[in-house]
Amino acid sequence: MPKSIERQLHLIDFTVGSILRRKGKNGALLFVYALVVFILASVLFFTRSLRNEAASVLANSPEIIVQRTLTGRCQFIPIGYADSLRTIRGVLSIKPRLWGYYYDGGFGANYTIMVPLDDTMKQGTIAIGSAIAKLRKSLLGDIIPFTGYDGNAQTFTVAKIIDHESALVSADLILMSEMDYRAMSGVPSGFATDLVLTVRNPREYATIAEKITRVLPDTRPIVKSEILRTYDAVFSWRAGIVLLLFAGTVLSFFIFSFDKATGLSAEERKEIGILKAIGWETSDVLAMKFWEGLAISLMAFCLGVLFGYVHVFFGAGFLFAPVLKGWSTLYPSFSLTPNINAGDMLALFFLSVVPYTIATIAPAWRIATIDPDSVMRS
Amino acid sequence: MRLSTLFIGINAALVAAAFSLVVHAHVCTKNASLADARTAELVRDYGLTDLAVFTEANYTRHPTMTDLNTPFQDSPMSLEHFPSGSLLQPPSHVVEPYAKKY
Repeated sequence: MPKSIERQLHLIDFTVGSILRRKGKNGALLFVYALVVFILASVLFFTRSLRNEAASVLANSPEIIVQRTLTGRCQFIPIGYADSLRTIRGVLSIKPRLWGYYYDGGFGANYTIMVPLDDTMKQGTIAIGSAIAKLRKSLLGDIIPFTGYDGNAQTFTVAKIIDHESALVSADLILMSEMDYRAMSGVPSGFATDLVLTVRNPREYATIAEKITRVLPDTRPIVKSEILRTYDAVFSWRAGIVLLLFAGTVLSFFIFSFDKATGLSAEERKEIGILKAIGWETSDVLAMKFWEGLAISLMAFCLGVLFGYVHVFFGAGFLFAPVLKGWSTLYPSFSLTPNINAGDMLALFFLSVVPYTIATIAPAWRIATIDPDSVMRS
Repeated sequence: MRLSTLFIGINAALVAAAFSLVVHAHVCTKNASLADARTAELVRDYGLTDLAVFTEANYTRHPTMTDLNTPFQDSPMSLEHFPSGSLLQPPSHVVEPYAKKY
């Protein structure tokens, strides 16, 4: 074995021995350090996967949606508006979309009620999301009563339970026929919640949206790229709790590094003084401190990332659930597809391992360059 | 066993485990594309626009369909009080000035 490698191995032997002599202190440091990396890694994995999943499944969302607004509030849109929209060059088809919310007082849950774009549901039947089926313990063929806008109960037969694999978009969904929707919600015929447009050329979205606002000034077009952008920015680092978590973890890394960089304990100073006195070079002391910093930070990084991954993708992010659930009764039990971005991992690595390792070396260099006699006496 | 051997062994195992996550994620992404395609089909058939992650308020259930007034529908001065509201950013098409967009 080359001499230089053998030398480093001896240094590692000594460093690990030194770490093990201060088991309690270093063990606590490793635990807290790994915990901080774990939180940061969990947030990164969760948000990245959710954003990717959204981009993948919402790629088929409507191309342009036209809402009607009056004094800043959404109103039901007359289906007759479609005639004006058809005059816009590039618009291929226009379909009315009927959807809204239903609060189930018995279970304290909010449902999204909707008519499929092609009104494929048979009258008197509904399709329900997997979270609703679980909450209400409903099975196929069960009869579910809902209270209509006029206070009268209406009953529906469960004809379909939407597959659990699509819970991320359908957990709270109730699909019904147009007739049933109008009878239950009181939305008169001739009106829809909004209109869905398909266009010939996706590059014309912005032009068509601009024309819509000119032809129908009381409307607001929402184009697909805006839908996708919404979920691209969702859980961005600037958003509320995510920002707090990031700020907390960055501050923790700063405290760790600052604590290391500002000085060594009397015991550590004495150790360096003795090593220098028995003939260690300054470079040996620095190499020892490098291995010490690397040992703690690399282990903390790997453990934090591993547990973060298991937490988010095998444990469904159970620690985040209370925050994500908020006050809602319905929460989809979706499993996210693991997605790791090399950039995120590198950022995490450089944020956790590099500053700590450097901060471990810096004070040791200061002490190692002072006369060993004065170091031991101080 | 030498302490350095133990140190290198443990760290190598940890780094290898961390790398195996990348492989695992890659395999899972490949396998999930079929399920994602089925969900995307459902999104197209039903005309869906949002993820059903936050069902507590309409503007967090359908953030893409919301506008600046939606969180204040209860009263003009009502403060945003749903926990999920603090997790989501307002969509850019809502906060960007209308004139700037078109």
